[in-house]
Amino acid sequence: MSADTLTRATIGTGHAHFGRLLLAEWTKLRTVRSTVWSFVVLIVAVIGFTSLFTALTVGQWSTMQASDKAQIQLDPVPQILGSGLFLGQLAVCVLGVLIASSEYSTGMIRSTLLASPHRLRMFAAKAIVFTIPVFVIGEALSFASYEIGKAIFSGKVPTSLSDPHVTRAVIGSGLYLSVLGLFALAIGQIIRHTAGAITTVIALVLVLVPLAGLLPGNLGKHVSAYLPTNAGQQIIQIYPKNQILTAWQGFGVFAIWTAVLLAVAAFFLVERDA
Amino acid sequence: MIEVRDLVKRYGDTTAVDHLSFTVEPGRITGFLGPNGAGKSTTMRLILGLDRPTSGSSLIDGKPYRDLPDPLRYVGALLEARAVHPGRTAFNHLLYLAQTQGVPKSRVNEVLALVGLDTVAKKRTKGFSLGMGQRLGIAAALLGDPKLLILDEPVNGLDPEGIVWIRNLMKTLAAEGRTIFVSSHLMNEMAVTADHVVVIGRGKLIADTDIEDFISQFSQHVVLVRTPQPEELTRAVTALGGEVTARSDGALMVSGAEAPKIGEAAARDGIVLHELSPQRASLEEAFMELTKADVEFHAPDGQWAVQPPGQPPTPVQDAVSGSLAAKALGGDDVR
Repeated sequence: MSADTLTRATIGTGHAHFGRLLLAEWTKLRTVRSTVWSFVVLIVAVIGFTSLFTALTVGQWSTMQASDKAQIQLDPVPQILGSGLFLGQLAVCVLGVLIASSEYSTGMIRSTLLASPHRLRMFAAKAIVFTIPVFVIGEALSFASYEIGKAIFSGKVPTSLSDPHVTRAVIGSGLYLSVLGLFALAIGQIIRHTAGAITTVIALVLVLVPLAGLLPGNLGKHVSAYLPTNAGQQIIQIYPKNQILTAWQGFGVFAIWTAVLLAVAAFFLVERDA
Repeated sequence: MIEVRDLVKRYGDTTAVDHLSFTVEPGRITGFLGPNGAGKSTTMRLILGLDRPTSGSSLIDGKPYRDLPDPLRYVGALLEARAVHPGRTAFNHLLYLAQTQGVPKSRVNEVLALVGLDTVAKKRTKGFSLGMGQRLGIAAALLGDPKLLILDEPVNGLDPEGIVWIRNLMKTLAAEGRTIFVSSHLMNEMAVTADHVVVIGRGKLIADTDIEDFISQFSQHVVLVRTPQPEELTRAVTALGGEVTARSDGALMVSGAEAPKIGEAAARDGIVLHELSPQRASLEEAFMELTKADVEFHAPDGQWAVQPPGQPPTPVQDAVSGSLAAKALGGDDVR
């Protein structure tokens, strides 16, 4: 080792700005395997299950009751989009949680905060850098799965992007995944422990919905309608499943849930010791 | 320069850092000493803004850590706990840190070569040994070419070669005019590297002094004497103001009197001496005594509780511990 290697000349000057944090968070995202794997699982699950469920529907077409056929013909879009989304969304949940919680489980948060002590700027950069690929891949997957479902249904169930609200539902499916990613990120940041946070997110996304259905009458309907993912999935409906929230109102409710969780996560990030 | 002012950190009922104040002067190595659990790591985390103090403040050149522009160019820190994602390569770990500071990619390769990790730069850190992990931590600390380095137990868990490497690196960095604040629970390690020491125990300041003063103040002088006339010698030494303790092998351990004085007194009184040799207690022992006393001072009274009521406690003292413990119990006088 010699003093020469520590000359200041190679360092340059500058002041931390947001663009650098975005670049650094992008490096963090792309240099761990869990990112690649989560996106691979997302793509395989969405395309795979969309193909599988629409193909099964078509396969049973001749034996199905006329009322079921009529129902699918009337409203095929949620059938196509929902089948891939139902399990595919879990990959986004896991990745969202991991991006925040792995900082704590590995101790990396200390390196991160030493480099960017303004914690909210770091958190904002992380949220943006994560949301962009989820949005891009989510939208591409929505259109791809719609086209696959449409092709498999062709001849039996006609649908077109130019039908009323169909384009909104397809775009909405990608938007839903993007907001879901932030929802999971916030919970990962609040809980900090990977296993606990993933369990919580999956409970909120998959378990709470049927539980709310057990509540009696009107109360059950209202609680169910306002649950985060139930409300959020209104965006992929052509004819609203529940009559309480419209597509965009439902998505708005989901966005508010997410915004509140992000605010809580930001508060704890600043207040708690790293 | 680091200024710690009346810093307090409590976790529930536990006070990890207790009204701590000291200054780390620029351009030298300041050792931060204390037994495990004394609050060294917590203090460093407070200085670095990772933890929030209960009260008090710590400033780096007059600013809180979070207000430093591009902090890694200003302060390099090696924390005791692992701070690396095991699934990421050494290069990528340093790359993202560099990107936050606008430090060029070439500097990443430079520091990797500097710490001798260039051959494993593209390996994921999962397979790194403790020593390699420590080197990566040093590389991260040096990334922004900072003037100030904060190192928490940098030699912990290293093999002898690694220890020598860290020691030489610190000396080189200090010779370049950098300020180094390094914690350790090993006194001897600090004796060979530090210019100044800040000693804490139970979160409280015990000493803040020049290393030379510290060594001379806390290295206890004991003289071993062998004589066929122990009673006479004890009387003569007591007259000089010394204290005598008999060892089981018959040797007398004299503290509080220098060897020449003991020899002169023995000659005057016609006492035969078979051996007269000054024993220098090691710095490590001195430090252990110093901090042990501090721990004893704060310990719950369980140690005495077993005594039957009415009987005074009878603390056991040996030749070395007596006056040292008393000094340490004096607390702030030590400064």
